[in-house]
Amino acid sequence: MTIEAEDERAVARLAAPQARPTHLGRRLLHHRSVVIGGALVLLMVAIAIFAPLLGTVDPKAIDPAYRNRVPGTEHVIARADGAGTTQTFWMGTDSLGRDVYSRVIYGARVSLIVGVTVALISGSIGLAIGLIAGYLRWVDVVIMRVMDGLMAIPGILLAIGLVAVWGAGLFTVILAIVVPEIPRVVRLVRSIVLTIREEPYVEAAISVGTPVPLILIRHVMPNTFAPMIVQATFVCASAILIEAILSFLGIGIPTDIPTWGNIMAEGRQLFRVYPHTILFPGVFVAVTVLAVNMLGDGLRDAFDPRMAKSI
Amino acid sequence: MTAALEVAHLTVALPAGGERTHAVRDVSFAVNRGEIVCLVGESGSGKSVTAQTVMGLLPRTLRPVGAVRLEGEDILLAGEARLRDLRTTRMSMIFQEPMTALNPVMTCGDQVDEVLATHTPLGAAARREKTFAMLRRVGMADAERINAAYPHQLSGGQRQRIMIAMALVLEPVLLIADEPTTALDVTTQAQILKLIQDIQRERGMAVLFITHDFGVVSEIADRVAVLRLGELVELGAMRDVLMRPRHAYTRTLIASVPSMVPRASLRDTSAPVMLRTENLTKVYADGGLFGKRRPVRAAEAVSIEIRRGEALGIVGESGSGKSTVARCIARLIEPTAGRIWLGPDELAAMSGRRLRKHRRRIQIVFQDPYRSLNPRRKVGESIIEGPMNFGLSRAEAVARAAALLEFVRLDRNALERFPQEFSGGQRQRICIARALAMEPELLIADEPVSALDVSVQAQVLRLFADVRKRLGLTMLFITHDLRVAAQVCDTVAVMQRGKVVEHGEVARIFSDPQHAYTRALIEAAPGRHWNFGAFEDAAAGR
Repeated sequence: MTIEAEDERAVARLAAPQARPTHLGRRLLHHRSVVIGGALVLLMVAIAIFAPLLGTVDPKAIDPAYRNRVPGTEHVIARADGAGTTQTFWMGTDSLGRDVYSRVIYGARVSLIVGVTVALISGSIGLAIGLIAGYLRWVDVVIMRVMDGLMAIPGILLAIGLVAVWGAGLFTVILAIVVPEIPRVVRLVRSIVLTIREEPYVEAAISVGTPVPLILIRHVMPNTFAPMIVQATFVCASAILIEAILSFLGIGIPTDIPTWGNIMAEGRQLFRVYPHTILFPGVFVAVTVLAVNMLGDGLRDAFDPRMAKSI
Repeated sequence: MTAALEVAHLTVALPAGGERTHAVRDVSFAVNRGEIVCLVGESGSGKSVTAQTVMGLLPRTLRPVGAVRLEGEDILLAGEARLRDLRTTRMSMIFQEPMTALNPVMTCGDQVDEVLATHTPLGAAARREKTFAMLRRVGMADAERINAAYPHQLSGGQRQRIMIAMALVLEPVLLIADEPTTALDVTTQAQILKLIQDIQRERGMAVLFITHDFGVVSEIADRVAVLRLGELVELGAMRDVLMRPRHAYTRTLIASVPSMVPRASLRDTSAPVMLRTENLTKVYADGGLFGKRRPVRAAEAVSIEIRRGEALGIVGESGSGKSTVARCIARLIEPTAGRIWLGPDELAAMSGRRLRKHRRRIQIVFQDPYRSLNPRRKVGESIIEGPMNFGLSRAEAVARAAALLEFVRLDRNALERFPQEFSGGQRQRICIARALAMEPELLIADEPVSALDVSVQAQVLRLFADVRKRLGLTMLFITHDLRVAAQVCDTVAVMQRGKVVEHGEVARIFSDPQHAYTRALIEAAPGRHWNFGAFEDAAAGR
């Protein structure tokens, strides 16, 4: 008897899982792309929040005297009391004489709002639909065909249609990006639900009479969190990119609100002469999307160590 | 003459910070030509690590110390190139799961051929001839077809034969078999064991056979080495170890093997019928919306009957439909046709809210204790979930859970812990407690002990016996293991390809099987002539 008990304890210790939640935090902090990506994302968020404090001027202020100035040009502002202060156009000015630096900094707000909102909305709608589609077999066929249909709509075309109906604006842009993203989330969640619903612990919950909504919330949904967080970062990155594209094409955010996309759009005509109006917002888009994607990759590796490449 | 394999003072240290310092510690044994040595142990005993060390397959981070001599040559000193050379030419290994060990996108013939092409200068025609000869030798008379077949087109037993053909085509001196029959059905297992034994005798090969099953040991071993937590506790001739084990651990292990002789039944034939199925049928229609439908008859016209307080065992091999029947009765899947009577109520046609009301009455314990409990929820939450669904207050449910944990001999502080902190046997106890918390009228156990080590299995079986005795519970026990059925059940239904071929009292079925399939099953049970635990020297070793 004593031998058996001893062995059981020894086996129990061996069977102790390697990836307990307590280790997750430490693994995250040790993961290079999580740290770098996360730091860059935080930096962007800080820039967006503290935009007025970062030496910016009114991003919409037009100054016909200082059009198309190269980065580093100094500008003396005459005050009412006669004294002048100097302002430097760190990133030059555009063809209307607006400060590109201020526009890029304020542009971070729109990009991040679009990215986060799209990720949250498409994530929660996709989660709900995916759970239902994966668990209730009889609605699955219908839902998934609808999702296939949604995926077949080209995003840009949808955006043009929505702009035609409601006019350009933040809401239209977000809606235009959310709709094609939902099916991707639904597919992910559904595939997870399909494997989890076969787990004996879900069957055990069925046989102790747990109602379906509780089974979904208690036993199935927690398994989707890790992949959902990862998916959300990718949705966020692609939303930022698509918003920039839509604004660049002139069917996104109206030009009076600076966004990285429409700053680039305005600089397009004089790109060969004054590349700075496209360069700086372009760098910001690239860095932000890269940072969010790095964070997503890192989170995926950290949640699922088997997928991680050895670093 | 030097031994084919000699393992001397082998120690494999585990990385620091783990719970155990060594996977294997100071293990010494030898395997001579023409001899089968069985390496026996429970999970965590280090038997697979030993095999991997011999094959030079250990992860680089583990550094073995000691010596492993293959015909005198120390493998631990050999370089990667030399090891590659030795594998399949001098030593070969076959694994538990032949499906994952074979390449799914290569035909079986090509895989055998590849071994020859890599290690011999033979031309294509000679290789083909040799491949065919080898396929025939491992019992595939239809070598043409098998040669061109992909692994998924073959059965588990055929795949294992292919593995053996690949391993032995270059006539190695040493074959390492790592639980080669554990994933196979008993009837197939008997054939594969015979095949390994035949070829071993024919070629005078040395075989290191790793297993946890003493039945298998008694069938094929010449000598036995028993490992426990990385240490060799006993080494000797098979008869000596089985009949006169010197170490207390070996005794416990052997005594834990359930007997093939059915336990005396306390069946009360006048008790009312608790569960009755009438022509229960489950047909799976394969293919989707547009695909062609190939119906699979998982269960066909199954009619069984259990009286109150009785335990019925459904016995059969994989794919026989025994689990399907259990899951239909538990209404985890919808039966296609037939009726299920639980007392006066008919369950097969019930659905929705009405069905949920009756769910309390049938509870089920699953095979895999590692997946039966939600890893994100504390054990207590899992146990009280059901009773609270049926209107118990949280405090009442927790009190009941605590009492039940005590009943299954676990500490009540287990309520506050996560399933990961428990071993397989302990988790199965928790699952039993969860089922009992519903105060069911029928307890279904679907292979509840087949994922457990033999000593733990014995404990859980004792617990089931206890549950029946103290609660008078009616049980439906699904198992592939005749030994387990003999010890637990009053009546047995033998299933083959979805049909019940024989149904009757356990003692009668075991002593006088009527159906040919039942006879084949009993015939194939490894070590059925052996009375495990009937030691010759009852006084020693205590």
